[in-house]
This record gives sequence, structure tokens and C-alpha cells, in this order.
Amino acid sequence: MIGHTEPKDQKFIKAKMIRQAAMDAVLKLDPRRMVRNPVMFVVEVGSLITTGLWLQALLGNGEAPVGFIGAITCWLWFTVLFANFSEALAEGRGKAQAEALRKTRKDTMAKKLAGAHAGEKKPDRYELTPSTHLRQGDCFLVEMGDVLPADGEVVLGIASVDESAITGESAPVIRESGGDRSAVTGGTRLLSDWLVVKVSANPGEGVLDQMIGLVEGAKRAKTPNEIALNILLGSFTIIFLVVCITLLPFSLFSVKSAGQGIPITITVLVALLACLIPTTIGGLLSAIGIAGMDRLIQRNVIALSGRAVEAAGDVDVLLLDKTGTITLGNRQAVAFLPINGMTEYALAEVAQMASLADETPEGRSIVVLAKEKYNLRGRTVSPSEQNPEGMRFITFTAQTRMSGVDLDHTRIRKGAPDTMFSLIEDAGQPVAPELRSIVDGVANSGGTPLVVTRNEVPLGVINLKDIVKGGLNERFAQLRRMGIKTVMITGDNPLTAAAIAAEAGVDDFMAQATPENKLKLIRTYQAEGRLVAMTGDGTNDAPALAQADVAVAMNTGTQPAREAANMIDLESNPTKLIEIVEIGKQLLMTRGALTTFSIANDVAKYFVIIPAAFASTYPSLGVLNFMRLATPESAILSAVMFNALIIVALIPVALKGVPYRAVGASRLLRDNLLIYGLGGLIAPFIGIKLIDWLLVIMGLV
Amino acid sequence: MTMHGWLQILIYFVILVLTVKPLGAYMAQVYQGKASLLSPILGGLEHRFYRIAGVHPDEEMNWKTYAIAVLAFSLVGVAFLYLLQRIQHLLPLNPAGFGAVAPDLALNTAVSFVTNTNWQSYGGETTMSLLTQMMGMTVQNFASAAVGIAVLMALIRGLSRHQTDGLGNFWVDLTRGTLYILLPLSILLAVLLVSLGTVQTLAPSATVRLLENGGEQAIALGPVASQTAIKHIGTNGGGFFNANSAHPLENPTPISNLLLMLAETIIPAALTYTYGVMIKDTRQGWAILAAMLFLLVAFTGLAYSAEAAGNPGLVALGADHTPGEWQPGGNMEGKELRFGIAPSALFASITTATSSGAVNSTHDSFTPLGGMVTLVLMQLGEVALGGVGSGLYGMLVFVLVAVFVAGLMVGRTPEYLGKKIEPFEMKMAALLILLMPLLVLGLTGLAVSIDAGTSSISNPGSHGISQVLYAFTSQSNNNGSAFGGLSSNTPFYNYAGAAAMLIGRFWVILLTLALAGSLAGKKKVPAGAGTLPTASPLFVGWLIVVVLVVGALNFLPALALGPVIEHLLMAGV
Repeated sequence: MIGHTEPKDQKFIKAKMIRQAAMDAVLKLDPRRMVRNPVMFVVEVGSLITTGLWLQALLGNGEAPVGFIGAITCWLWFTVLFANFSEALAEGRGKAQAEALRKTRKDTMAKKLAGAHAGEKKPDRYELTPSTHLRQGDCFLVEMGDVLPADGEVVLGIASVDESAITGESAPVIRESGGDRSAVTGGTRLLSDWLVVKVSANPGEGVLDQMIGLVEGAKRAKTPNEIALNILLGSFTIIFLVVCITLLPFSLFSVKSAGQGIPITITVLVALLACLIPTTIGGLLSAIGIAGMDRLIQRNVIALSGRAVEAAGDVDVLLLDKTGTITLGNRQAVAFLPINGMTEYALAEVAQMASLADETPEGRSIVVLAKEKYNLRGRTVSPSEQNPEGMRFITFTAQTRMSGVDLDHTRIRKGAPDTMFSLIEDAGQPVAPELRSIVDGVANSGGTPLVVTRNEVPLGVINLKDIVKGGLNERFAQLRRMGIKTVMITGDNPLTAAAIAAEAGVDDFMAQATPENKLKLIRTYQAEGRLVAMTGDGTNDAPALAQADVAVAMNTGTQPAREAANMIDLESNPTKLIEIVEIGKQLLMTRGALTTFSIANDVAKYFVIIPAAFASTYPSLGVLNFMRLATPESAILSAVMFNALIIVALIPVALKGVPYRAVGASRLLRDNLLIYGLGGLIAPFIGIKLIDWLLVIMGLV
Repeated sequence: MTMHGWLQILIYFVILVLTVKPLGAYMAQVYQGKASLLSPILGGLEHRFYRIAGVHPDEEMNWKTYAIAVLAFSLVGVAFLYLLQRIQHLLPLNPAGFGAVAPDLALNTAVSFVTNTNWQSYGGETTMSLLTQMMGMTVQNFASAAVGIAVLMALIRGLSRHQTDGLGNFWVDLTRGTLYILLPLSILLAVLLVSLGTVQTLAPSATVRLLENGGEQAIALGPVASQTAIKHIGTNGGGFFNANSAHPLENPTPISNLLLMLAETIIPAALTYTYGVMIKDTRQGWAILAAMLFLLVAFTGLAYSAEAAGNPGLVALGADHTPGEWQPGGNMEGKELRFGIAPSALFASITTATSSGAVNSTHDSFTPLGGMVTLVLMQLGEVALGGVGSGLYGMLVFVLVAVFVAGLMVGRTPEYLGKKIEPFEMKMAALLILLMPLLVLGLTGLAVSIDAGTSSISNPGSHGISQVLYAFTSQSNNNGSAFGGLSSNTPFYNYAGAAAMLIGRFWVILLTLALAGSLAGKKKVPAGAGTLPTASPLFVGWLIVVVLVVGALNFLPALALGPVIEHLLMAGV
């Protein structure tokens, strides 16, 4: 079970992960890697320059005291290392989670079949091959107790599978060839029977492997939004580079004309540059992106592209399947509505009898309702003298479209109204208006009416209703505040759909949905410029999934559905979309918040460094040093230290993400501006003063 | 500071705001090709121009065609104006008999007027013939202003249209801007100025007898009112006289002073309303105007208080700085007595906040903080109203940056007016905000490092940095105002300045048009509850912060070594 690891286990991993991340941080100093992140690359180059200046100072002709250059150099390197560390830590977490998912399928042996399997019988000849040698298109056999060696599609057989290793759901699921339940995932275990499975992806290309690629900084493709932000940060870096470089001629000119002081040193210029360029966001940007993926894995969602996760934050329209998402899987009987002077009790009794052999959830719910409401116990009547044939159950077939029981020459039937109406009419009776009005009443209220007859005489109507899941109204209201429109998709008729839509609180619905009109609906929204998210599992969902901007396939879905989607929900929980949207938003918000914080920091740093840098030329600039930092050296060192330490301090924010609340854009902006904008303005004043004070107390300056 | 001073500032802003809606609505009609007040009179003329030039007014241009048209038109303008100066001694209407202008100065001047900068390394009445002034300078005063608005129109169409590549037709925008807006306003203003005493004649000069020693002096004259009108209406700023709007024959009274200040701001201010009409959401236009005016009012206040406070050094020597019935008080050095402190500080703020660059006082003689205001207003990118067209298209780039960061903070891919801001838009915006600090700081750094640069500085020390910084800030931003004190008519400053003006104008136009092209091709996303509202007071505040931070952070070290230290030294800290 992932995301539910025992606490003690997690602690162990944490300590180990931090050690690993610290080591990775050093390895990541490789300039070829660093150049991917222009902001931190500039700091690394700066660190190299000051290292050189420090060596020069050691040899006796330094531009500033050895200790000062040494301390600055040291903290500049820390700045780079801390940034690398944040990325390594995020990677470590993601990898650990993905590794746990993958662990199960390591070292498994596959029973590979010699070619495509033909026939309906269980194959008896196979070759034992390591799972890593399987290729797309290969077929293999799995038997009771085997672990599936790879992702694939069942081509033969039916079996129950324990998928708890990846879904955390302990109940076994049925997998069989054809239909919507043919996809199997590597790492799960067969509990019964056997399957022949065709491999759907080469090892290393499965969904998990794709996901692991997304949490590795070096391999991760940057998303468009990340690229745009990088451009902005890059331009700030270039501007500050020019600001710092041109400060040298200004300083030389000022020294010459003021006739006092010494020009600004290269060390101070590099320190100023490192403080001004947006290192806080630059250092944490990669970690933020990776951590977004981590959070998805924690919720058992596998994203196949980073772009899809970002797009989730932009979703305007959410298409939700009614069944399983908005309503509990099945309709349930909620009322017996008798006619012709029948009592409810009598109707319940007859209805219960008609449903005794009905194994569908609807049928069972009728038995249960009768029992709960009237304490009727369903009993099977054995053949007896009065009733020589016993009970003969009529099961539902596509032809008759009704079910029931024959008992002692009594024919009890229940079925959909139109079928039952023709049954009644065929027996030469008119359909009573009373019956019709009850049937319409039930349909109008969102229920499904079933008509019950005895010997073709209608007795009444059973009201079957969709049960809307609890708490949904609130979630949809929350989505509305987020600016997201919810649309319920259902195969029901418009009346039923409207009633359920109203009860669940969705904004809109689509009744009598077919794959074609689902696809059309998505295209219509997209033509209006809206971003559409949907979930699906069936093969007939595949076209719509492929068209949707954010498409989440259930892990239990078919292979075509999974291929058309850009995310896979291992838990097959359709309401997961809401969480995915929140993760997408968090990702963007964290970037924006830390960018604002980073830039706001610069104001304070100017106040610290400018008076310090020109203290010898223009002592009057000391007025700007209103924080009364001890010496110019301590001021500059404190600023550089603050700049490095703030990266570490903000790693938790980067990994956890800025919390999203559905309060509308204006309030979110106001709150985040107050916290990260104003906070970013004030925090460095306090932090730098504190560090300066500590340096003085420790006698370091 | 006096009540009277504040009142003069207030009156200006009230009148300005009152003109926004009518003029803005009129300009929207003009640029959308709808019937307007003047179309019965000018419509026939407009279409005759198209027929003569072979322009099909309904033909849409994509951004590249539009850009090529802008660049070609401007390049021809530079070449023509350069040639005109070089051969002015051979041409008529040269009553004073001026010789050919030197190549470096001619190039600097040609570029200066075509780029709407109007930086003047020369004294007008002692260098340029009347023909050069009228056929060269004045023509470019109209053309460069019309080009600025045209580029803005292309950007607005990029924002308001969707899934198209058409940005309008440059020749049509150019013609309409000149014919319907710049010409009528200039004529109106010129007549008003003449009525207030501004000269308008083709006579070269008048000779007057001096009180002193019975001597005589030749007073330069010329078609001043007509040139001054477009100089302000088109935020050009290149004066007929070297003394510019401080000259009593150009700007004779406080009323004419008020008119000139209004003239250089009514179009930039009203364009925000035009923008609102064209994107079908006037609140967006008002929001931008609010941000612009906030900046302008705040900096005007700072300049006024700095100038009214005067120089503590003089106070220490016993000079009376208090305003009274007989003196305006404060720092009156370099200011005209007929205007006084408040209108001079206001004029200086307006002229640097727009890209006008006309001056009615010597910025060099301002107190360090007052001088800093003029520097900062330019360094913000001239977006506190800004030049005609250029101010708003500059501000819209800041809006995109502000929307980008704020949009992220509300958890959506940032979008402005339903257009998603993606890597390409960010790339253009980044290059646009990058350019100006690179130009200004790079050239200033170069100038203070080489003899060719430092030899022109009249005051050493921190004020020297301010002088050079001001020169390149003014030219890179196409402002054209001069700090004074720097002898800029040298080959180094002329060539470096010409480069700064060309890049500062056309690089920006090119990128802005590319941005417009990309925006026009995008889908329009409908707004919802999760969309960042860009007309709210919160966003206006955020926009102001972004403009200040992006502008101020770049120049803070340079300002610290220039005006800030100068102020601290003056205050005796």
C-alpha cells in the first residue's frame, strides 16, 4: 500500500532519503546539469569566481580579507547545494513512492508463451523468462498464486486478481478477456484460475516507469508554464547581471570623483548578484514541479505527463459519470406504490417474491426494502402438495425484459413500464390511467419505475432510485467557487437525469449520452475556449478521453481507455478528479507565491548591500543601513547567508505546496499577496538582522 | 508647498480626467473605421489618399507585414530627415543662412525625431533652417506620433480578436491617426497658443532695442505655435527654441503652460478609454488609467515637495526659503518666475512620465530628489501615461507580467482578457522589460569609463553620474528631455544616443507587434469565478507594485550613487 506506509517505516525512509538527497545535491553540481537552471547556474559560476579570489587571497594578494572572501564563497556554494538538495529530496520522495509500486514486480518470472495464443483452452507449454525480457505483444500465462510480470490485456480466461498492491483496496477484482475489465497491471497477484495476457508495454515503458521519469529532474520535460516562468526568471537574472557589472564602472568613477575609498570588490559584486537574482524560486522551481507529481502518486494517481497536471489546475468543466461518481453504483428500491386498492404490504410481498431470484443489486434492494419496511422474510417455497411445481423463477432476458416467478399457477412479473404495459394490453386489458400517472410521477422525480403484475393484472409500482453520494453537494458548491462547472453524464432519460442533477447539485447534465455526443460535448466546450476534464473507464470512453484536456482513466478500465487518458487513477475513484484539480492549482500557486517572495526579498537586500558596498566611498549612504548592521562585511555576509538559508526554510512549502482554498480568485490573490508579497518584503529585514546579531554574538565579525 | 500650488496641480488632473471619455470614445470610432464627428468633412480626403497611394483599406496585415510597413516607413523618414539637414544650406527658407548640419548631429537628430524622442543635441534657432524645421521636424512630429498609436492599435486588436492573424492595416491607422486626431487637435491648440501670445510667423527674427547701453538684440522668430502644438499633442518635445517651453515666445503664460501640459497627456490618457471600448470592457481601460495616474500623482507630489523644500545649504547661509506674497519659496534655480514651483515640478513630472521631453525648467537645477523623480519616471519605462501609443503598449507589457505572477498565485495558467500567457508571450515581455535597463546601464557604464564620455560631464561626482544616466535614460526611452549640464553634442554621445533611440523604439515596436500577432492567434477563454479579475483595485495596486519593482530594482544602485547620495550630501548627513 502506498501512501499508507506505516509511520515508523516512513521515518526510516526519511532519514535515509535526506542522506541520499545530500549526496545527490553534490553530484548535481555538474555544470552540464546546472545549466538547465539558469538562475542557479549563475550562482555556481559566481561561486567558482569567488573560490578563485579566495585562493588568490590565500596566496597573499587578495582584494579583501581571506576570511571574508572565504565565508562568502562558502555560503554561495551552500546556496547552490541547498537548491540541489531540494530537488534531490523531491526526487527521492517520488522515487521511493514509485519504487514501492514497482518493487512487487521485480524478479518475477514470466510464463511466456511461444507466440500468439489460439484456442480457448489453457495453454500447457510455456517458457520461464525473466519479466524484464518481455516485449510488447508477447503473451504469457499466469496461474493461481502468480504475480503478474507486466502490464497487459487479458486475451483468454477469467480470474480474480488481488490488486491491493497498487490500489490499496483489499477486495479482489475480476479480470476477464473482452469487455471493460480486461486490463491487468504488473505487480498484482492472481487469486484464482488462470489468464493468458498480452503484454501492452515494454519493460521500462509502463505507466509507472513514465511516472518515475516525471519525478527525475534531469529527465523531466519542463511544462509550458515552467518554461514561461523560467523565461521571466532568466530575464531578471540578466538584468541583475548587468546591474552588478555596471556597478563596477560607477564605483570606479565615484571613487575617482569623491577622492576617497576603494572601488567595490568582485567578491561583493558576486554576493550582491547572488542576493538579487531570484535564487529562492530558481532553486526551488524544480522541486515544486517534482513535488506536484509526488502528491499525485500519494493519492494513487499516475500522471503520464507534467503538462496534464498543470492543465488540471485550469480546468473549467468537469464531466462526471453519473454511475459510481455521483450516485452509488446501483439504484435501490425506496417505495412500493400500490394501485387498485392493494395495500403496500401486499404489494411488497408480491414484489419481494418476484425478486427472490433476482441477483441484480436492484433486485436485492427490493427484497431488502420489503424486509426492512414490513419485516417480510423472503422464503423459497419448495414443491409441495398445494404447489407441485414449487417456484419457477423467470430470470431477466433481453428478449422478455422482465423477471418474476411462477407459483401455483400464479404468474408474478415485474419489469420496465413499457414492457409491462404491452404485457397487460396483450392480455386484453387497458392500462389504467392511475397506473400511468404513478409511473410518470416516479420518472419525473428521478426514479425508475418498475411495474408489478399478478396474472397480468397490475398491482402497483416499485420506485427504484439512484442514491446520490453523501457530501457531493458541498463538493460541487466548492467547485463552483473555484470557477469549475460540473456536468453529469448519464445514459438515463432527460427527466431522470434532471432530477438527479438537481439533487446532486451539478451545474448541468447530459442525458442519453452516447460516445458520439460525449465527444461532441467536449468539443463544444473546447471551442468556447474551456478546458475539459473527464473520467472514464470503458472502451467507448476512449475517444472522449483522448479529446479531453485532462483525462483520468480508471485503473480497472480497458486498455484503450488507459491509452487515451493522460492520468490513471489506481484506486479507480472517480471523485479523484477534484483532488487532481487542486494539485494542479497548488503547483501553479506555489510557483507564483515563491516568485513573489523571491522578488520582494530584493528590496531588503538592496538596503543591506548598497550602503555596505560603498561605505568607504560615501559614508553618508550609511543612513540607508537603518537596521544598524554591525559592519559592512557582516551585512553582506548576513545577506548571503539569509539568501541561502531561506531556500532550506522554504523546502517544506515547495514540497507540500501552497494550500489551495476554494474562495475565488480575488481573495486568493489578496491572501497570497499579503503572505508572500508583504511577507517577502519584511522577512529578510528580520532574518538578516538576526543573522548579523548572531554573527556579532559569536564573535565572528 | 502652498495651497495655491496644490490647487494648480489638482486643476490639471481634473481637466485631464474629464477629457478621457469623450476623446477616448472618439478615437475608438476613428480607429474602428466607424463614422465619427469629423468623418463627413475628412472622409473623402482620407479615401482619396488611399486611392493615390494604392492602399486597400480593408486589407488586413499580419504582424510581420505590419512590422515591415512600420520599419520601412520610419527608415525612409530617417533617411529623408538626415538628407534634409545635410543639404539645408542649398534649400530655400533658410533666412538665417545656416550651414549643413554635421553628420553625427544630423544622424542623431534624424533618429531622434523619427523615434518620437526629440532629443536635441542642438539649439533649434541656431542650427536648423525654417524648411528643415517645418518639412523635417514637424512632419516627423506627426508621423512618429501616428506610428506610436498605430502600433498600439495593432496590440489592442491582438488582444481583442481571436484566432486570426490580422492586426489591421498600418497605412490606414497611420492616415486616420494623423488626419482625424493629430491634425485637428494641433490646429485647435495652435490657435489657442497664438491667442495667448505664442509667435507664428515666417519672419526670421525681430530686432529690439535694449534698455542697457542702447544696444540691439535679434530675437529669433518662426512658425512656433504650429510646431509647439504638435510637439505636445504628439508627445514629441523637440522645441523650436533651444529653451523649449521655458521660452516666453513659445510658452508665454501660466494658461499656455496648463494647455501644453494637458496637450501632452490627453491622448495617452484617453487611449486607455479607447482601449477599453475596443476590447469591449471599459473597466480594464479605467483600471490601467488608475495605475498610471497613481504613479504620476505620487511622483509629482514627491517632486513638488522636494522643490518646495529647497536647498538646506542656502537656508544655512540665511536665505529665506519660505513662500510668501513676494516669492514662491523653495528651489527656484532654473525655473521660470511666471510659472513658479508647482507648475514647474508638475511639468517636469509630466514631461518625463510621458515620452514628451519638452521642458519648462532646467531639470539639472532641480534638487537631487526632484531630479530623481524625472529620472525614475523615465526609468519605469514611461508608462505613467507615457508617449502617444507607446505609453499604453508599454504598460500592457507590464500588465502581462503582473497577470503572469498574480495568475499563478490564484492557481491557473495566467490569462489576460481570456488570452493565455504562455512561453512565447513571456519571452516577448521578458525581452521588452530587459531591453531598457540593458541599454541605459550599459551605455552609462561605458560612458563613465571612457574619456569620450566623462569629458562632457560638467559637474564631477555623483551629479555627473546623474547627468550621463539621464542622457541615456531619456534617449533609450524615447523621451528626449535633457537634464542639461551635459555637453552631448559630441560624436560619442550623438552616435551612442542614436543607437539607444533606434533600439529603444524599434526593438520595442518589433517585439510588441510579435506579441500582438501571437495574442491574436489565440483562443479566447471565457472568464469564470477562478479567473483573475484584472480591473479590481487589488490588481491595480499589484500592477503599480510590479511597475515600481521592475523599474526601481534595476536602477536602485545607479540612483543610490547618483541622486540619492547627492541628496544625502546636500542634506549634510
